[in-house]
Amino acid sequence: MLKTTPFHSRTAPLVRAQTWRRWAGYHVASAYDPHPDREYAAVRNAAALFDVSPLYKYLVAGRDAARLLDRMVTRDLSRCRVGQVLYTTWCDARGKIIDDGTISRLDERSYRLTSAEPNLRWLAMNAVGLEATVEDVSERVAALALQGPLSGELLRPLTPADLDGLRYFRLVHTTIRDLPVTISRTGYTGDLGYELWVDAARAVALWDTLTATGTGYGLTPAGIWALDLARIEAGLVMLDVDYHSAHRALIEDQKSSPYELNLGWTVSRDKGPFNGRRALRAEATGLPAWGFAGLEIDWDSFESLHREHRLPPQLPGIAWRSSTPVYRDGRQVGYATSGCWSPLLKRYLALAHLRMPHYQPGTEVRMEVTVEHRRKQANARVVRLPFFDPPRKRA
Amino acid sequence: MKHGRYDAIVIGGGHNGLVAAAYLARAGRRTLLLEKRPVLGGAAVTEEIFPGFKFSVFSYVVSLLRPEIVRELDLPSHGLQILPLESTVTPLENGDYLASWADPDETRRELCRHSPRDAEASVVFGRLMHHMAMAVKPILSMVPPDPASLAPSDLRGLLRLGSHFRSLGAERFHALYKLMTMSSADYLDEWFEFDPLKATRSASGIIGTFLGPRSPGSAYVLLHHYMGEIDGAFRAWGFQKGGTGAISNSIAGAARAFGAEVRTEAEVARVLVRNGRAAGVALAGGEEYTAPIVISGLDPRRTFTQLVEPAEMPEDVVAGIRRYKFRGSSGKVNLALDGLPDLTCLPGAGPHLRGAISISPSLDYLERAYDDAKYGEFSRHPYMDIVIPSMIDPGMAPPGKHVMSIFVQYAPYAINGGWTDAKREAFGDAVVDTLARYAPNIKSLILHRQVLTPADIERITGLTEGNIFQGELALHQLFFLRPVPRWARYRTPIRGYWQCGAGTHPGGGIMGASGLLAAREILAAHA
Repeated sequence: MLKTTPFHSRTAPLVRAQTWRRWAGYHVASAYDPHPDREYAAVRNAAALFDVSPLYKYLVAGRDAARLLDRMVTRDLSRCRVGQVLYTTWCDARGKIIDDGTISRLDERSYRLTSAEPNLRWLAMNAVGLEATVEDVSERVAALALQGPLSGELLRPLTPADLDGLRYFRLVHTTIRDLPVTISRTGYTGDLGYELWVDAARAVALWDTLTATGTGYGLTPAGIWALDLARIEAGLVMLDVDYHSAHRALIEDQKSSPYELNLGWTVSRDKGPFNGRRALRAEATGLPAWGFAGLEIDWDSFESLHREHRLPPQLPGIAWRSSTPVYRDGRQVGYATSGCWSPLLKRYLALAHLRMPHYQPGTEVRMEVTVEHRRKQANARVVRLPFFDPPRKRA
Repeated sequence: MKHGRYDAIVIGGGHNGLVAAAYLARAGRRTLLLEKRPVLGGAAVTEEIFPGFKFSVFSYVVSLLRPEIVRELDLPSHGLQILPLESTVTPLENGDYLASWADPDETRRELCRHSPRDAEASVVFGRLMHHMAMAVKPILSMVPPDPASLAPSDLRGLLRLGSHFRSLGAERFHALYKLMTMSSADYLDEWFEFDPLKATRSASGIIGTFLGPRSPGSAYVLLHHYMGEIDGAFRAWGFQKGGTGAISNSIAGAARAFGAEVRTEAEVARVLVRNGRAAGVALAGGEEYTAPIVISGLDPRRTFTQLVEPAEMPEDVVAGIRRYKFRGSSGKVNLALDGLPDLTCLPGAGPHLRGAISISPSLDYLERAYDDAKYGEFSRHPYMDIVIPSMIDPGMAPPGKHVMSIFVQYAPYAINGGWTDAKREAFGDAVVDTLARYAPNIKSLILHRQVLTPADIERITGLTEGNIFQGELALHQLFFLRPVPRWARYRTPIRGYWQCGAGTHPGGGIMGASGLLAAREILAAHA
């Protein structure tokens, strides 16, 4: 039996087409409407409300909490102040990514780690000899992501917290209409947005409070299909879609280092020992063998492949997640792992792994597309990520 | 007196003028665009006519904006953001309703409620219209060839057109011919039985024309709507964030980024002509600007007979322009609301309020509305296409408040006795009274009401006789006949003086195709 999230009694009646999917052993909505168009539009135009409770959440506390995390992840925890949030990857001894997530410094001695997969065992293994406790709070803490340009305006009258002073990747312990919550200025959409962390027992009350006041701001419950479009535009990777955990990969080729995922910026160059340090230091001296970049599929080329069959261009209505070959000069140089038509940018986008040196921005490549059961290739250009990066995200 | 020298001057900051200016600037031409109003956009403007409430004052949805313009000018990076407008609800006189939703299965089940036969027919009809739209679509991107001309470019165009029609096959060509000549009511009669369905669909065939659903020729305008649906793959149909003015501003942003100079509150009084060639423009304020290329985005009457001396034009062209039909037939009522209307047929704030509400309960209802107009009166019970933009874009009104846009037909420009303030208010009352039959709480919600008659549209935007398409989209004024024979290729009889407004092929709607094709012709001629 799959589990339901603490918001299920509120989300379930809204899922009109029974479009559910699995996420970490939970049921979550793919979309509430039969199509995600309106939910996606809310992310970029108003405010969307995502139930992100299935995230794995660990409370790491104690004198050595920071040392434990520092040993495990690639970023430098000594730079993480109270009230700060870091996005990070963590690697195996060979510098290949196991998972990615955020670390929130809740107070002087406790941190919350979120992850896509279970990491309790890995945390415990890293805790050997340290004075730190690790607690799986995944079920105890419910989470909502409130994302979109009006999310701040919507939240402001509901909380005594100084939202304007809450910078990007910072958090505050506060209340929303008297409900104790932690608000972090984070999200997975590349837009202005907040994540709200609440005791699971109070989850429904938080949902009701937000939806009651949100209508005037266009607040729209949104599902994974909408989230997927937004995160591709934001150039954010997804585990099991864009890369595989080193703990699960069956062969070396299925693993990626942070550098190969365009996440080299998360690897600290000067902190002490951590998992994968030696391999990552060595890799950092040259260009990585693989790169992860954006592709923009050329419209004229895409359209003409359809015109051959007297069809208007057939665009995906939701993001696709199937590995798709990318070619240059007739030779395969990589593969795209997710792609979508961006309703906002009016461009066909994909995220791709490309061999050195083909990941340089501006490189002209071709991506496989299937038109009327026939495999064809459309022209595409390598571009820097993210595709969409509005000033309001950080402002 | 100020002076300035440019490569090209565009008169009028409507969306087509802006598109033309952007493309000329993109090609490296030193371009100046002059708009008489303080806001850009012509009939695609957003204005805060009541504090805190923003209105797409005239044109209110976008469906046909050419995808190549969006791409080539990179409009999304200048603010183009199109939000989905997913449903249409037609309240019926018996208290029921007819709806079409975003999801095809939901729509089919809804239609099944009224007519299982029509629900099935709808799918096949959709396929036919898809093919019709595919057949006509290439013509939208084509400079119209003149069938009476022997010039190589015309002959090449005719050949292309001929081979395009041949490639359709006999069946589709015949269907297209019928579509071009029939009335929308007759055309829909061949497919459907449920009258409110036919009425609601035929409504898109009468918009902006002085035709009723039973007038021959109205079926073609119907096709225009389906054109938006095939470009629906590109997803450019819906409501622009911030109103239609934001589309105009995004095109202006692109034009400026390419180096064009865009000026508002700069009314052009006349085009300067020297030795039969365009030489520049003179503003109402006396300033003069010179350029070898002058492009008018204004309607054909202004372009041919007001910006230049009619004496500069051949007599037959002036006569042709005088015969060109404007006959504005629609008005607009914009309401600032204290809350949401409650439809008797669908009570509460349901998803239907995020889509269109069509007051088109029957074909007879629409035809009667036309009858009033035919004899010089506004419709006592008009056809209305209603949207509540604040339901889609909360930024249009303060939280909890709303703006409502009501497109109204018919309101004839040439109303008996002429438009007066009293008549305008009576027209506004007729609209609100009609709406109140379906949403009784509407009157108690109105915080502000703006009523626009065709005379107001003409006065504010300059569109002759208030015609929203710069002249009717009737068969005798389309393609190589738009605006007049021999001058459908964006040229005028004065060398260097060009036209780029919706009064040229293909015209109509926020499409931008006229501006784009004009710019291409100009760049080819002045290479």
